[in-house]
Amino acid sequence: MTGSGPILMLDDVSKHFGGLAVIENLSFSVRRGTCTGLIGPNGAGKTTVFNLITGVYPIDEGRILIDDVDIAQIPSRRRIHHGVARNFQNIRLMPHLSAMENVLIGQHCRNSGFFGVLQPVNLIPGNRWREEARAALSDAGLGQYERATVGSLPYGLQKRIELVRALMAEPRLLLLDEPAAGLNPAETGALRDRITTICRDRGITLLVVEHDMQFVGALCSEVIVLNFGRKIAEGTPEKVREDALVREAYLGTDATEQPHAS
Amino acid sequence: MSGYAEGILVLLAINVVYAYAAYLPIAAGQLNLGVAGFAAIGGYFSAYLSTNIAMSPLLAIPLGGAAAGLIGLAVAVPVLRTRGIYLALATFALGEIVRASILNLEFVGGAAGYPVTAYIRLLTVALFALGVTVLVWLLFATRFGVAITAVHDDERVADLMGLNVRAFQVAAFTIGSALAGIGGGLYAHHFSYIEAQYFSISLSISIVLFVLFGGTQSVVGPLLGAAVFTLLPEVLRGSAQWRYVLFAAILIVVMVVRPQGLVTGAQIRRLLGMRSEAKERTA
Repeated sequence: MTGSGPILMLDDVSKHFGGLAVIENLSFSVRRGTCTGLIGPNGAGKTTVFNLITGVYPIDEGRILIDDVDIAQIPSRRRIHHGVARNFQNIRLMPHLSAMENVLIGQHCRNSGFFGVLQPVNLIPGNRWREEARAALSDAGLGQYERATVGSLPYGLQKRIELVRALMAEPRLLLLDEPAAGLNPAETGALRDRITTICRDRGITLLVVEHDMQFVGALCSEVIVLNFGRKIAEGTPEKVREDALVREAYLGTDATEQPHAS
Repeated sequence: MSGYAEGILVLLAINVVYAYAAYLPIAAGQLNLGVAGFAAIGGYFSAYLSTNIAMSPLLAIPLGGAAAGLIGLAVAVPVLRTRGIYLALATFALGEIVRASILNLEFVGGAAGYPVTAYIRLLTVALFALGVTVLVWLLFATRFGVAITAVHDDERVADLMGLNVRAFQVAAFTIGSALAGIGGGLYAHHFSYIEAQYFSISLSISIVLFVLFGGTQSVVGPLLGAAVFTLLPEVLRGSAQWRYVLFAAILIVVMVVRPQGLVTGAQIRRLLGMRSEAKERTA
């Protein structure tokens, strides 16, 4: 389903763990075709927002709309069918599977019926799904690692495989949790270019959690800032960078009095 | 072929079937300590059909497997709500319930055991074992096999990728139960006699050890584990009364050196990779 409205809308969403409010009355929307950054200090609730959108945790209150459909009560495994895919802050590939098989898992939501499950993806050379996964790995420069067990691969390669896996679901909305973490500046630049190209070419809307503000500034047209589970600012990267509340959240009250501190 | 050699090969074939019965749930992250219970269901059910209504064992044994699979499906839904050691205990208890129930079923001989009139030879047992092996290998060459390993590795991520984790776990448990039932049927019809004591927890533990020893990461592991567990005690026969001590010592050493089992998925993939590269070179 597509339309001109926002692809994602959180409406007054709250989440508590016991007596601790981790997300409080959070509302924001993500415009279709944009790249939006979700930033905030450690513990602000950024990853929790991803976990609420994808159904890792149920919300306590509010609505989560994807293309105007409230997915908050939909089981987590069905949400990918609504066009939402994600990666994880700490890489979560299947360590005993090869890079190819991890990517095949990404296709599952498109091929999950009885006959889909019985597709001989590891048996018949030239199987359409296997060839698609192979092409995706090659496009990402990972063709040579197709048979490698991912648990034995370096961190940077695992991050790239995780991104390919998420893309195999053909999402309309991609949630990336710290995609540049642990990468060197050259790798970060290449990742930014790759993400920009993929999202533009495939019409994917992006919501990115990231601490690297240069990366966010170069990639995102809009930024939402969280602190203690609440939205404290939103706007262009330049606008939020100058926001007093944001500077206070990141640097502390004293630091905000020094205009060149950031 | 001597009777001794034939007996060993029959046990090897049956153990391979048992090993795959335990492998399926283990591959999906579940430790089933009730494999012997499902083998008993299949064994007694098929023996009853072939003995009392003169059904061919070739039909009775798969039907015994189907009966074990159906009961596996019925119990999988509540039992698989438990995890880890609790799942192991629940499946252990399940196996014991089956064994104790059979002891009290007089129409299949109760504690005295059940004589089976129909007989199958080594060739039939071996063909069944080959069929089960091919079936499991084919199954693991499909998306099902990939999904089962994904569920084993990370249930949460598998769920978020759209996999119905519970359905895959139930399917693995059910198919494993059916295979155990086929193994029990093969045993009953070759040895012409079954008793509840045979289907004890020690059988279940041995079967799980086949898989852990051979390796849980590939379909080759259970085959290798069953072969080692069946053949090694025979190879050690020369050591007379020390053979089981030696056997246990070898197992301990291997498990210390290779805790992941004799073969891993990575080794199999490397081997397949080398083969496909060699093919490309010759092409």
